[in-house]
Amino acid sequence: MLRFLLRRVTLIIPTFIGVTLASFLLIHAVPGDPIEVRVGEHGIAPERLAILRHEFGLDQPLWKQFADYEVQVASGHLGASTVTHQPVWDEFLTLFPATVELSVCALIFALVIGLPLGVIAAVKRGTAFDYGLMGVSVTGASMPIFWWGLMMILVFSVSLGWTPVAGRIGDAFFVEPWSGFMLIDSWFSDDDGAFASAVSHLILPTIVLGTIPLATIARMTRSAMLEVLGDDFIRTARAKGLSPLRVVIVHALRNALIPVVTVIGLQVGALLGGAILTETIFAWPGVGHWLIEAIQRRDYPVLQGGTLLIAVLVMAVNLGVDVTYGFLNPRIRK
Amino acid sequence: MSKFRSALLGAVALAGFAIAGQATAQAKTLVYCSEGAPENFNPMINTTGTTFDANKPIYDRLINFKPGSTEVEPGLAEKWDVSADGLTFVFHLRHNAKWQSTKTYKPTHGFNADDVIFSFERQWKDANPYHKVSGGAYDYFNDMSMPDLLVSIDKIDDYTVKFVLKKPQAPFLANLAMDFAAIQSKEYADTLLKTGKPELIDQEPVGTGPFELVQYVRDATIRYRAFPGYWGAKPKIDTLVFSINKDAAVRLAKLRANECQISVFPAPADLPSIKADKTLQLLSQPGLNIGYLAFNNQKPPFTNIKVRQAINMAIDKKAILDAVYQGAGVPAKNLIPPSLWSYNTKVEDYKYDPAAAKKLLAEAGFPDGFETDLWAMPVQRPYNPDAKRIGELMQSDLAKVGIKAKIVSYEWGEYRKRVQNGEAGMAELGWTGDNGDPDNFFVPLAGCAASRIGGGSASKFCNPEFEALIQKAAEITNQSERAKLYEQAQVVMHREAPFFLIAHSVVYLPMRANVTGYKMSPLGAHEFTTVDLK
Amino acid sequence: MSAALTFWRSFAVNRGAVLGLAVMLGLVVLAVLADIAAPYSPIEQFRDSLLTPPVWQEGGTWHYPLGTDDVGRDILSRLIFGARLSLMIGLTVVTLALCLGTALGLTAAFAGGIVDVVIMRTMDVVLVFPSLLLAIVVVAILGPGLFNAMMAVAIVFLPGYTRLVRASALSELARDYVTATRSAGAGTLRLMFNTVLPNCAAPLIVQASLGFSGAILDAAALGFLGLGAQPPTPEWGTMLAGALQYYQRAWWVLTFPGLAILITVLAFNLLGDGLRDALDPKLKR
Repeated sequence: MLRFLLRRVTLIIPTFIGVTLASFLLIHAVPGDPIEVRVGEHGIAPERLAILRHEFGLDQPLWKQFADYEVQVASGHLGASTVTHQPVWDEFLTLFPATVELSVCALIFALVIGLPLGVIAAVKRGTAFDYGLMGVSVTGASMPIFWWGLMMILVFSVSLGWTPVAGRIGDAFFVEPWSGFMLIDSWFSDDDGAFASAVSHLILPTIVLGTIPLATIARMTRSAMLEVLGDDFIRTARAKGLSPLRVVIVHALRNALIPVVTVIGLQVGALLGGAILTETIFAWPGVGHWLIEAIQRRDYPVLQGGTLLIAVLVMAVNLGVDVTYGFLNPRIRK
Repeated sequence: MSKFRSALLGAVALAGFAIAGQATAQAKTLVYCSEGAPENFNPMINTTGTTFDANKPIYDRLINFKPGSTEVEPGLAEKWDVSADGLTFVFHLRHNAKWQSTKTYKPTHGFNADDVIFSFERQWKDANPYHKVSGGAYDYFNDMSMPDLLVSIDKIDDYTVKFVLKKPQAPFLANLAMDFAAIQSKEYADTLLKTGKPELIDQEPVGTGPFELVQYVRDATIRYRAFPGYWGAKPKIDTLVFSINKDAAVRLAKLRANECQISVFPAPADLPSIKADKTLQLLSQPGLNIGYLAFNNQKPPFTNIKVRQAINMAIDKKAILDAVYQGAGVPAKNLIPPSLWSYNTKVEDYKYDPAAAKKLLAEAGFPDGFETDLWAMPVQRPYNPDAKRIGELMQSDLAKVGIKAKIVSYEWGEYRKRVQNGEAGMAELGWTGDNGDPDNFFVPLAGCAASRIGGGSASKFCNPEFEALIQKAAEITNQSERAKLYEQAQVVMHREAPFFLIAHSVVYLPMRANVTGYKMSPLGAHEFTTVDLK
Repeated sequence: MSAALTFWRSFAVNRGAVLGLAVMLGLVVLAVLADIAAPYSPIEQFRDSLLTPPVWQEGGTWHYPLGTDDVGRDILSRLIFGARLSLMIGLTVVTLALCLGTALGLTAAFAGGIVDVVIMRTMDVVLVFPSLLLAIVVVAILGPGLFNAMMAVAIVFLPGYTRLVRASALSELARDYVTATRSAGAGTLRLMFNTVLPNCAAPLIVQASLGFSGAILDAAALGFLGLGAQPPTPEWGTMLAGALQYYQRAWWVLTFPGLAILITVLAFNLLGDGLRDALDPKLKR
């Protein structure tokens, strides 16, 4: 087990170096630089441009800039935004909880609904319910979520007025952001109704971001359950006269969960991609929103640091999934 | 108990019956739906109106613009003397201005001359320990040629400061009323320097203005409260909240739900329904701006005056105003907006006439038209709500006279740079005035100096007759004489047609019907000191 | 013939897949006949009918069955021409990713050693970035535009094909028949393309058909963010981006292009599922 773990971790190192190089090179290949972007209609005198480029270190050769950057990263610094002048790490820490809150809610939503639906569909295989559910789930997996989000806003916020249009909480509420998770912070707020407001702001984004994982989880659960339900030990359990519910829940589901866990792990990257669109639509102040803005403003430190942090996160989750999987299934450890 | 209740409410909300319009929790809280997040809390190092708006409540300047006008009035300077040669300005500072505090900093004394010197030297002198803090780019200070203009700034006593200039400059006072000339606290700066966190001066601001910052939740809300130590008339509202929403539709939805009371930049398409809504009021003001399609006057075929005139007749300006501006704009026939002095009302715009345009094109040697590119900005600007849509309308009109225009767009910074490098054939762009002088339009947009490669002018227009007129107008001080010269210049420009002038946008500001005392700024700023809620 | 028939029989069992196939064929016909099928040109502006609602709503007219957009273009015509674009996007992206991915995967499998390591680590790096984020950055580099957006999506899809080809090639290479062909003196290239590749075809076809839907979806997302096809191109995602300002007032400018994307993506997903079940007996249940 230890050897397996070690091997997986060593594999990560070249990927990590590759990721820093890729994020650096890609971002510097984008035309325009942070100074040109902020100039606007007024234009800029060539002399001043030269001074500013020097101050931002942009007049250095690319390899030098990269070397400086690597040294900086190795010593644990990601630099400061060229726009707000705040350290990238601080900005990430203030915004990341918003993305995590949304993603976790979306994942919980997907699990709570997707798992039971998948189990029921597997048990009632071949019925109208099964076909209907699979139809709905393949539709869900095909959903252009940027459109889905707007349609939800159109129906539930604009026409019916049930949910707020955007943001994390009503503007009038004063919430001290000590954890960064609005649900937690608003719970401890002195303002009555702050928590309710936070919840109501979460509903639509959660549904929108959770749609694709929900569809995937339902499908995955169904097929995993079908496989397990055909296995010998289930037949044995049934033959022993255990109640059908007990057989399904205790014996079958537990075994079917292994592939489902893998799928959830793999969904993390997709969730972050989906979060970019969802945050854009719902003006959700999270990391996806932050990176899109940084691209527009050519905020190199934020882009480099942000993509790096996200890539590290994805790598960590992948590693976690691998390890869990190896733990659950000894055969793949060799 | 209240926790239990909110949990219950939360559960109800989850079921789909969310609670809307809880916004009126406290008395006299004004929520303003703004269009973007401020970059930080120091106007010296920024250039965007969004950031200026977020800083206006906090900071003061020596001189202020009167609310709702471009005239100046005393700010932190109670009065000032100008020497006869116009080179020396002595400012007498007010004694009763107090500094705000933060969680970690409490001021020990009020505002004085040291603060003025610090604030200008920070932007001006390399040696100032704060010069390099937060990126050290003081764009407006440099754009306004302050380093070339200033000789010295000296403290005469605690409440008197003397500025000496190299040459007389009439708009100098107005420049000091611009946002970049905000005054920061020297004592706060020194304290931060000692604790090793100088950059906090631009993140946790301390000013002398009517409101102090309570909390900034990134990309979401900025919360201020009225500053009890403010030297001027106390604001009528206790709490001011900026709610940041990029999407115009979202801002309007919030205004309708009374989640905010004032909402910036409505989409033109929504104006009729706002006007019809009895719970809302709609203020408007002609913007100090121009949106245009610039021909590259140094690139064939646009070197040919007939081609430029023909395109001026081939595009249906009214259709653009109807479809895109939808009432939030007035058609432009001169480069400067009608509200600016010297605007020539006698100039008559080109009529939309495709047949005549085709004839002119044939005379110019293009009976079958030609192929070219038409550049459209990727972003919304105050003078142009949707460059791509306008581009599509123009493209379709031009096709009718045989000109095949391909719509081209780049990322905004790249776009501006390429246009200013003269790479475009025709390019949409525009301008917002800074200080209300016609010179501020003609020289950067159509002067010879700006027409160099990389210069600010998109038209690359350099006409000796026109240039002579605007040069002369800049050198004399008598306004009515200057006006005559500019009027003549506009006639020349109309004939030469270096642009297809689209529109001067009208700035609309919808607000709840119970908002009173709001004054719109001709310079596009948003201020809330005089606002009250009925 | 009989192989094809067997395939069709196992494919036709899946009703969803047949439905997907029918929708796809319908789209192909529409795309090919767009000039005849569409009532108007997709870029013709009817300046006196801005934002006309669809025919069944008050104020709608049969002239514009699905209404018009904010500059008076017929939405139905734009959707029909958009079908052509979407199919082309899917085809181009999948072809690009498939060809490049096959080449890289085969090279990695055959060359082994350091070449293999470099190629596969590079693919790992690509996979670590969220795909949409990577596509956005690539488009930012290349500049917005339909072709560049397709390139970006193809790059994002590359690792999937490369890994797939390498894995199946490696497992084929270990087989006896390959060793036999090799000892009979077949060259590496011949071995690659005549012997090994045909044997990896089935999973590739499945991956490609599923890739179609992903390509259309991602290109539309880029269009929605203003980075894909530029106006007045009637690409569905770009149409959505243009509709943003008006959608609260005119629901049809938003609803129909999105529905078109959904239906197309759904059809390709159903088709891909069906193909997988029919081609890959291991997965068949």
